[in-house]
Amino acid sequence: MSSKTLTSGAAAPNVERQHRQARKAPTKQLLGLAGILGFLLTWELIPRLGIIDPAYLPPASEVIAALLVDFGLTAFWVAVYETMKAWFLGLLMAVAAAVVLGFIIGSSNFLRKATNSTIEFLRPIPSVALIPLAVLMFGVKIESSLLLIVYACFWQVLIQVLYGVADVDMVANNTARTYGLGRMARIRYVVFPTALPYLMTGVRLAGSVALVLAITAELVIGSPGLGREIALAQSGGAISGMYALVLATGLIGVLINLMMRFIEKKTLAWHSSVRSEVLV
Amino acid sequence: MKTLKNLGYLLGLPLLLILIWWAATLESDNFFVPTPASLVETFAQVWLGERVFTDVLPSIGRLAAGVLAAIVIGVVGGVLIGSVRWLRALLEPTLEFFRAIPPPVLVPVLMLLMGITDTMKVVVIISGCVWPVLLNTIEGVRAVDPVLSDSTHTYGINGWARIRYLVLPSASPQIMAGVRQSMSLGLILMVISEMFASSSGLGFAIVQFQRSFSIPEMWSGIVVLGLLGVGMSFIFQWAERHILRWYHGQKEVENAA
Repeated sequence: MSSKTLTSGAAAPNVERQHRQARKAPTKQLLGLAGILGFLLTWELIPRLGIIDPAYLPPASEVIAALLVDFGLTAFWVAVYETMKAWFLGLLMAVAAAVVLGFIIGSSNFLRKATNSTIEFLRPIPSVALIPLAVLMFGVKIESSLLLIVYACFWQVLIQVLYGVADVDMVANNTARTYGLGRMARIRYVVFPTALPYLMTGVRLAGSVALVLAITAELVIGSPGLGREIALAQSGGAISGMYALVLATGLIGVLINLMMRFIEKKTLAWHSSVRSEVLV
Repeated sequence: MKTLKNLGYLLGLPLLLILIWWAATLESDNFFVPTPASLVETFAQVWLGERVFTDVLPSIGRLAAGVLAAIVIGVVGGVLIGSVRWLRALLEPTLEFFRAIPPPVLVPVLMLLMGITDTMKVVVIISGCVWPVLLNTIEGVRAVDPVLSDSTHTYGINGWARIRYLVLPSASPQIMAGVRQSMSLGLILMVISEMFASSSGLGFAIVQFQRSFSIPEMWSGIVVLGLLGVGMSFIFQWAERHILRWYHGQKEVENAA
């Protein structure tokens, strides 16, 4: 919607808008910073004033100190590595499977119709329902996390790929056919570029889902990683340590979001939705 | 003939899969995988009794309470934050951080703060589900068509009427996208909070079956969760069709043009 108003506008107002934004940007960042500081201050004051017992909610300064201590520990980085390994492998397997199946199912009308009911039934099944199965089959190993992550992310990506393949412009496809492009060439040069924006959206969503399930598996099943450390810290009474680990998972989440957006921007730099964003 | 064909598409693959499952379990005596017949039998035995009242309904109640509260909080907060520019700039980075925290880690935190109670489980669901709705509402409110916005100002439509007739409808596609994420997240959080800390509910029952190696019972619990997920997705699709009817119509017109 915004792209429409932008492209129809002349170049001059755009330049002016950029200037205005450049002036406004620092204020916005300052306000954001003030928001974070305000939040930390509130957090600091609530236990200090005794509104919530500090034994249950330690003040922010204590938690941040505990987090800084964690940053110096090998055990912390090993846990981060385990979590990220499960995240990456799970995401990779899910995306690979979903892309291959999505292209196969999406390019055939018969397969699309025949699989529709099954996909719509299997997709909403929450992957946490598989936790007991994962425990029985794999125990407290990384495979447990992988089972949950792959199941949850697979549908997320598959649906997007199916939408993307369905979105192929018939004129472009027929033109390619007229010029004698074979099946593989059409998939490579017509279908794939059309589906790529959808695919990237799916991968971005799946990236945060994968983190949620990696942590969940570690928390509930006890496979190695940050989630297990949180459960251990909680049952061991290391309260500020637990809050520090929760902060760490949040930071990892933010990093994953930023990374995914960056990758999306890079791979779709040619796409009009990204190009028009540059104008803003 | 056409309905028959559609029915074939609808049921063909599921029936084929069940047939394969049946054939695969016919010979083998695998401890982990029950036969379709024994699963159906166990399902009826386990879940169609008093468990409906002791485990299933309380779980569904907590889930519904949590998701509904999250939607209300998210929409009200989102409209407020989305309409006030400095508030949005102030809160956006903090909210982004909260959204990035994987919601399951809130289970131990809230367990500590509130103890193991029903309220704690509802709060876990709310605190996980509120972010997609909140952030999507903010985005939706921010993206209100400026021409429409100016028109309402010109006509002197302000306050509640402006929110009711301009802001909420134009943000509703985004709000519904957020609600959709929230609903599946809510189901996950309900199960986790019960698996982690509970003495009743679906999640607890399934973990108990698994720990006592009652494999067909455990599978039947997985089926219950699956049915719940599918049921929620149906409710959502029905609600979306009603709430966004105008939007889908508009899209069709735009696409046809």
